[in-house]
This record gives sequence, structure tokens and C-alpha cells, in this order.
Amino acid sequence: MEPVVYTKDLQKIYDLGGGGRVAALGGVDLKINSGEFVAVMGPSGSGKSTFMHIVGLLDEPTSGIYRFEGSDVSTLSADERADIRSRRLGFVFQSYNLLSRTTALENAELPMIYSGVPEADRHRIALEKLAIVGVDSLRDHAPNQMSGGQQQRVAIARSLVNNPGLILADEPTGALDTKSSKEVMELFTHLNKEQGITILLVTHEPDVAAYAKRVITFRDGHVISDRLQDEKVAA
Amino acid sequence: MSFKATFRIALDALLRNRARSLLTMLGVIIGVAAVIITVAIGSGARDSVQKQIEGLGSNLIVVMPGSVTQGGARTGAGGASTLTPDDGIAIAKLPGVAAVSPSVTVRSQVVAGGNNWQTTITGVAPTYTFIRNWSIVSGQFFSQNDVYSANKVAVLGQTVVQNLFPDGSSPIGQTIIAKGVPFTVVGTLKAMGQSGTGQDQDDTILIPYTSAMQRLTGSTTVSTLMVSAAGPDSVQPAQTAITTLLEQRHHIVPPQQDDFTVRNLQDIASAASSTGAVLEFLLAGVAAVSLVVGGIGIMNIMLVSVTERTREIGLRMSVGARGATILRQFLAESIMLSTVGGVLGVCVGIFVTLLIALIAKWPMAVSVYGVFFSVFFSALVGIFFGYYPARKAAQLRPIEALRFE
Repeated sequence: MEPVVYTKDLQKIYDLGGGGRVAALGGVDLKINSGEFVAVMGPSGSGKSTFMHIVGLLDEPTSGIYRFEGSDVSTLSADERADIRSRRLGFVFQSYNLLSRTTALENAELPMIYSGVPEADRHRIALEKLAIVGVDSLRDHAPNQMSGGQQQRVAIARSLVNNPGLILADEPTGALDTKSSKEVMELFTHLNKEQGITILLVTHEPDVAAYAKRVITFRDGHVISDRLQDEKVAA
Repeated sequence: MSFKATFRIALDALLRNRARSLLTMLGVIIGVAAVIITVAIGSGARDSVQKQIEGLGSNLIVVMPGSVTQGGARTGAGGASTLTPDDGIAIAKLPGVAAVSPSVTVRSQVVAGGNNWQTTITGVAPTYTFIRNWSIVSGQFFSQNDVYSANKVAVLGQTVVQNLFPDGSSPIGQTIIAKGVPFTVVGTLKAMGQSGTGQDQDDTILIPYTSAMQRLTGSTTVSTLMVSAAGPDSVQPAQTAITTLLEQRHHIVPPQQDDFTVRNLQDIASAASSTGAVLEFLLAGVAAVSLVVGGIGIMNIMLVSVTERTREIGLRMSVGARGATILRQFLAESIMLSTVGGVLGVCVGIFVTLLIALIAKWPMAVSVYGVFFSVFFSALVGIFFGYYPARKAAQLRPIEALRFE
């Protein structure tokens, strides 16, 4: 079976002007298979966010190969990348990024508007996913009427609605307290274990990374460690 | 993404900022209302001028004597005494001519009993009322027989009636004296009010032109010949035929100048209405400028909105919105702002127009053309001024937009 993410010598080089160049990614070879729960760690500037953005098709590599679900996506146009994001990728952000003054249900429906799901199905699917993350009772609440943990759950529901092949979570617990962090991470673990959803999570907190089955550590644009960890150890 | 979804998202975005949306629309509302009101004032004025000119008589052609040179001084149009009643009789036989009446004008003091009044006495034929579109309100108009026999009969305008018979008694059968000649009043004219040039059309006395020539002026010529063409289409041919006929009758051969002039009221009417049209166009132009200013207001707010919602745009892109979809969404917002503003502006404009018409008694005509033009134009303003901010939103890079603080 094709890996969900396959990169070969993936590079991202920023031109600083005046001949100065900085390699945010200096040749990354990685393979992430379906059903994996991967945590990407590393200090600021290690290239972990750049890596996530390229994997999430929000950015494009300078050189190298990136195959997503078996097809080469390294040189797609902005519209083609948008279409794949729409159908195959889910995003969870540190700051939730819910639309203000918009209900939880409508927030969860948003990706389906762009992927062309009929209106009747949108409601049903969004409600279904809100139920999975446990906030279906808050369907008519706007973000400012919910706690951080609840907002992040709505955001996770939003990332699920198009049944993506990969969920990318960028510091999903960065803005949450310990208790909410724990709940959100347990939710990710549950989604991975029970629904087989592939998750790529970027964090700099070891406690958070501990929930993942595999931890990849970046430094200076390179992978310096890539290890599987026992769930029992993590718990 | 469907049109309906685009519409919904844009509407939601606008409703989330009600006060700002309304204030943004205000520019367009005022602009459109200004267009509607100015066009209404302009076309109202034009209509009333048109109506007054039509009131002078339909399909009217006026033949006046030309100028003469006396001792080196030219008298100007109407100075010559070249038109005779026979010219009128000959014109009446031309095709396309419905009626002809000579007109001999005398200003005189008129006495009736103990009252007197200075007015204009005009000697005319019985066809005159038809030509001028006037009607009799009491008694009757004099007949062709009165003209043949140069009878001393008169028809009075209402102003004359009020001044000569202030006690309200019927003037019919009474005698009035002008230049020492007694005339018997046989009828009175219906009140006609002011003419287009502000003259009191009721301050007049009509008598047979023969009586005027023989008893008042002692002249064999008439001041003017009033001709009514058979229809609007026969005005031009009749005018040409009259010119040819009179040149023959007066033995004029080129390069000799005509000793008469033939003018029709349609020329005057169209000149007046084209002046009105220019004025209207000018007013609408000034109002359109304010509409453009309203459009710039929309662009301004949309630019602020794009900056303010950069993260939202980033999010929409990250969940799969294409650049073109974002462009359409922002364009839809600005078009909705300008179109709703345009419709509200039309309502305000019509309301104010009716208010002005009611209070200032100014003739106003809301033009359907103006309404459609301004709504269409305001939608255009929305597209034009909304495009730049929308394109700016569409060209954002998703990661940069998401990182925007």
C-alpha cells in the first residue's frame, strides 16, 4: 500500500536577497503510512513547521519529491493544491481559527462548502463529526460562547468532515490548559485508534508528543531522530 | 462553489458587520438618490416646458413678414407689411394644411360702461380657436359671415372680462368700445393661464380680421398668418410648400431674399427640450460623480475588511477555497453593498422627489430610465471598486494569511 506521505530529498530554501540563502529544510526523506500517529518535534527554526506546511500543501518545496497518497504533488498549481486540501487534508491550528460570530455547526460545515457537498448532507455530516468529538450539544454556540477546549474540538470536527487521508495538527494544545490539552490529545488518540485516521502533529511539548506512536525530531532542517514509541511508555 | 453558497457567505459577512455595511452603503445611497432627484428635477422641468409649448397649439406654423430696409435701417423680422389675407386663402388650399387664420394685432384702450382696460385686440378668422387649441366658455365664436361683412363683434379673454365687467355680469350682448368703434361681445374664451414665455394669454380680445383691418388699423396687410398643419408629419412639407407658394405670389426670385419667414413650433419645442436634455445630462453627471465617490468608499472599506479578515481568508484557503472562490466571495460582498445601496438610494430618491414635488410644487418626473441606469451603474461601481480588494484577498498565500496577526 502506498504511504500517505512520501518525501525524497525534500528541500525548502528561502532566498534572503543579496545572495543570502537559508535552508529551512535541507533534504528530508520520510514516509508516513496510513493509520500512523506521528509527532514532529524540534526547537523553533528546526524546520518542523515548514515541513508541515509543505506536507499540508499550504506551501511548495524548492526541490525534491513529495508524493501524497501515491501521486506527485511537488509541482502542483495553487488551485490544484487547494483542491487536494479540500478533499484529502484536515487542519487543526493552535489558535483554532474558527469563524467568529458563526455557530459550531456552520464552522464544522465550512470545508464542505468548498468541496461541493450538498447542503442537506453538510448538516448531517457536520453533526455526526461534532458528535464524535463530543460537542454536538454546542452546535448553535458561537466560538466566544465556548471554552478553548470546546473550540478546539469544533476545529477537529471541522478537520474530519471531508474524511481526509491525513490530519495535520499544528501545536493543537498550544493555547490550552493542562486538562483541556489532555482531553484533546485523548481525542486524537481515540480518532487514530478507533477510526484509523492518520495524524501528523507538530509540537514542542514532550508530554504532547508522548501520545503519538512515532516521534520525528527536526533540527536545522534535518531529521535527527525518528523512533517508534510504546504506548505504555507514553501513558 | 455554487452561486447560492457564495451569496450566503457574502451576506453573512455583511450581516456580521451591520453598522459598517450600512455606513459603507451610505455613499452609494446618497449617490443614487442624487442621480434620481436631479434627473427628476431636470426631466420635470423639461416636461413642463414641453407642455407649455404644446399648449400654444399643435402643429402650428407661423408665417411672419420679413424685414425691410428703411433708410439703411433694417426693421427686423415682422417689420415688413407684405402678408395679405389673400396669401392666407392661398395657403389654406395647400395639401397638408388644415386651417389658416390671419392675425392682425392692435393694442388699444377698451371701454365698457364705466370701466376701461388696455389690452391686445387680435383680428382673426373663426379657424383661430382650432389653430391655437382654444375654446369658448360662454356665448359663441364669430362666424365666417361676420368676417365677410366685417361685423363689429368681439370675443373676450377672461382677464378682459374680469377688468371690464368686474361686477360678474355676463358680458354677452354688451358693447365695448375700442378706438371709438363699438363692438358687441358674442362670446368669452376659456381661461388659459400663462403662456410658456410668461404672458397672460387671457388678456386678449378677438375680433374678425376684416373688422380689425378696416375699422382699427386701416391697413391691407396682416401681422402674421397662423397655419395649422394636418398632422405632425405634415408640418415640414407644409412649411416648404408655404415658402414656395409665397415666393411665387410675392414674385421673389433668388438671390432676392424672402420678404417673409416661416417658422414652426416644433423647432422651438425641440430646441427647448434639447436644452433641457443637456441640463439633465449635466445634473446626472454631477450626481454620478458622487456615486463614484461612494464606490471609492466601498473600495476603502473592502480593503480594510480584507486586511482585518486575513486569517479568515487563510483558513478558508487551508480548508480548500481556491483563489478564484475567495475573489468571487469578496466581489459578491462589494456588489451586494453597492446594489443594495443602489436600491435603497432609489427608494430615498423617489421619496425625496415626491416630497419636493409636494412641498415645493415643483414639477418632478421620476424617470424609469434613470432608476435602471443608477441601479445598474451602482452594481458596476461595486464590481469596479470591489475588484482590487477582492484580488488582493485572492492573491494571499495561505500560510502567510494564517500567520497574520
